[in-house]
Amino acid sequence: MSTVTPNYGYIPGTREIDNTVDHPGHRAPLVLGGKKFADVTDTVTNVAFRPTTWAWRISFVVALSLLGLLGLTLGYLITAGVGVWGNQQPVSWGFPIVNFVFWVGIGHAGTLISAILFLFRQNWRTSINRFAEAMTIFAVMCAGLFPGVHVGRPWLAYWLFPIPNQMDMWPQFRSPLLWDVFAVSTYATVSLLFWYVGMIPDLATLRDRAKSVPAQIIYGILSLGWTGSSRHWMRFEKAYLLLAALATPLVLSVHSVVSFDFAVSQLPGWHTTIFPPYFVAGAVFGGFAMVLTLAIPARRLFGLKDLITMRHLENMSKVMLATGLIVSYAYVTEFFMAWYSKHHYEQFVFMDRPFGVSSWAFWTMITCNVIAPQFLWVKRFRTNVITLFIVAMFINVGMWFERFVIIITSLQRDFLPSSWGVFVPTWVDICMLAGSFGLFFTLFLLFIRFGPVVAMAEVKTVMPEAHAHSGPGGTSLPDEKKSDYWPDESAK
Amino acid sequence: METNQAKRFLFPRWANYLLPVLVVAAVGGGLYVPVVVGLGASPKTIDVGYMPQQPVAYSHELHVGKLGLDCRYCHTTVDNAAMAAIPPTQTCMNCHTGIRTDSAALAPVRESWETGKPIEWIKVHDLPEFAYFNHSAHVNKGVGCVTCHGRVDQMEEVYQAKELSMAWCLDCHREPEKYLRPREQVTNMTWKATDHPEFAGLDEQEAQRRLGLMLKEQYHIRGKTYMESCSTCHR
Repeated sequence: MSTVTPNYGYIPGTREIDNTVDHPGHRAPLVLGGKKFADVTDTVTNVAFRPTTWAWRISFVVALSLLGLLGLTLGYLITAGVGVWGNQQPVSWGFPIVNFVFWVGIGHAGTLISAILFLFRQNWRTSINRFAEAMTIFAVMCAGLFPGVHVGRPWLAYWLFPIPNQMDMWPQFRSPLLWDVFAVSTYATVSLLFWYVGMIPDLATLRDRAKSVPAQIIYGILSLGWTGSSRHWMRFEKAYLLLAALATPLVLSVHSVVSFDFAVSQLPGWHTTIFPPYFVAGAVFGGFAMVLTLAIPARRLFGLKDLITMRHLENMSKVMLATGLIVSYAYVTEFFMAWYSKHHYEQFVFMDRPFGVSSWAFWTMITCNVIAPQFLWVKRFRTNVITLFIVAMFINVGMWFERFVIIITSLQRDFLPSSWGVFVPTWVDICMLAGSFGLFFTLFLLFIRFGPVVAMAEVKTVMPEAHAHSGPGGTSLPDEKKSDYWPDESAK
Repeated sequence: METNQAKRFLFPRWANYLLPVLVVAAVGGGLYVPVVVGLGASPKTIDVGYMPQQPVAYSHELHVGKLGLDCRYCHTTVDNAAMAAIPPTQTCMNCHTGIRTDSAALAPVRESWETGKPIEWIKVHDLPEFAYFNHSAHVNKGVGCVTCHGRVDQMEEVYQAKELSMAWCLDCHREPEKYLRPREQVTNMTWKATDHPEFAGLDEQEAQRRLGLMLKEQYHIRGKTYMESCSTCHR
């Protein structure tokens, strides 16, 4: 019997490890660069404590300018009224709702990574969950903006909530638009709690590393006096698990409810039962594309390559491929059902989408959402950051256009030809879309600068050093030292 | 004295008080804000009691309460138009050419009479433009003046007695029988359901209920769907 020496994915001739290699009997490492516990802490806290890089400053200025643009257009919109949008009969939903669904969808990857992958013990989530959760919070904030102004008189936006008032008026409880208010606000609350609770041990690390007293006090208060005692850890892990269980149904429910906004209506192209699963798959698809869009530059600019490794990127691209195929299947099903139903109006809508007045949007969607992810079947493309980034960008665009196609084309061509129209966005529409990206990136860059961008405590639990005798066959690893279990000792 | 342990984790002692402060702010604020906004911004607080100073010190108490003028003597269009007319100076002068011809209080009326420039009365019961209200529809179906305007016969100067809010309108639109009266009693300020010969012996509420249901039938007052529909008042 010959002995095969496992190569653990070492790239021949180098000391680098290719952790995308799956080797039976050996767990692919999730942290590379020979990093120890203290190195992980250094890498992550350096992002927050080192002086800002030029890349960060330039991105921040761009993001802040776009945020300013959002502020200006919002001011103009509120003083002038919603007539400055392209929304006009028959397309009364237009860009605001397209953007709302787009941003809510982005948020889904964060919750999926943090809750579902946690319950499924997918260890690779630990390096990316923190900023995916941050992305969720900021995306939901962008999403919430649009219905808030789409109501026309934003100072009356509190009418969305069932609050007793002098008019004896209540929201329509039978309307999915109201369910949406509850679904999205529940989602925002639970996501925020989950993000914050998960951050407490890492905020304590930042507190311990902070040099200035105000920073120490702020991080100290935010970390709620965390000392790292066993009692704290026990409570923390219980709370985290409970929150994960609470957040899991939300991954499915939120976008299902968003899809009801359309599916419950009677408009051809909207009135279909596949919308909830189709929307959820699309949301995860688009959300992972956004995580990649953020992760690929971030890992390079902030030296996080050893924590957010190629394996993480590849796993995310696999999720994207799978959900992309579900989305493609849903597109096909829609056309099949239009044909199979023999329903005159339904058939017309599905002829109109690929060949009608907005066919350019439809084909953009197909190119970006159906064709682009097919490249991810090939491992070479999955493990190349450039191709991966390009595919992710295509999907970002495609998922925005998917909502555009669904909302705009169905409304443009309803039952009565005399009421048909063509939607043309105005500059205010475009500026608000661009501005929402400004809001998103400003918040994200601030978080990267001041928060623990990677869940340090959690990453350490998936390193071999966290498990004694974690080497092959239960032996200790050759470089396993006492210091690995006592990171504070080695830090001294 | 702070121990080394406390220093190490930099959780200042005062930070412990943030929790009760937060809880008090959340619970207290959660109760305080809705109560203050709900009571403070309610039409009952803001609008009831609105009493603008009119250009002429006209006393409803004297003319209606003491002299017994009928509402329709001045507000002539109330039973056949949406708007209850504000009387022109001519109406005042029907009497005041002969009575109190040199009263100082009537000086603006005489001036208006001579110049032909109308008196600029200030509207007290002012509904927003998006609410459609028709006086004749209400008066002809047995809604008394006093039901919405209060005891005008006791007002020296007219003020808004009821909140005129949407909920207040709906109170009656949902249960009109609680407020209806015979058409001929519409301008009567002191009428009670027990004044009706048929329900004289009953308790007042019960009398009103029975009479109201009867009148609802008799005056063809429409059902809930119409009475509560948005477009009934927002056209």
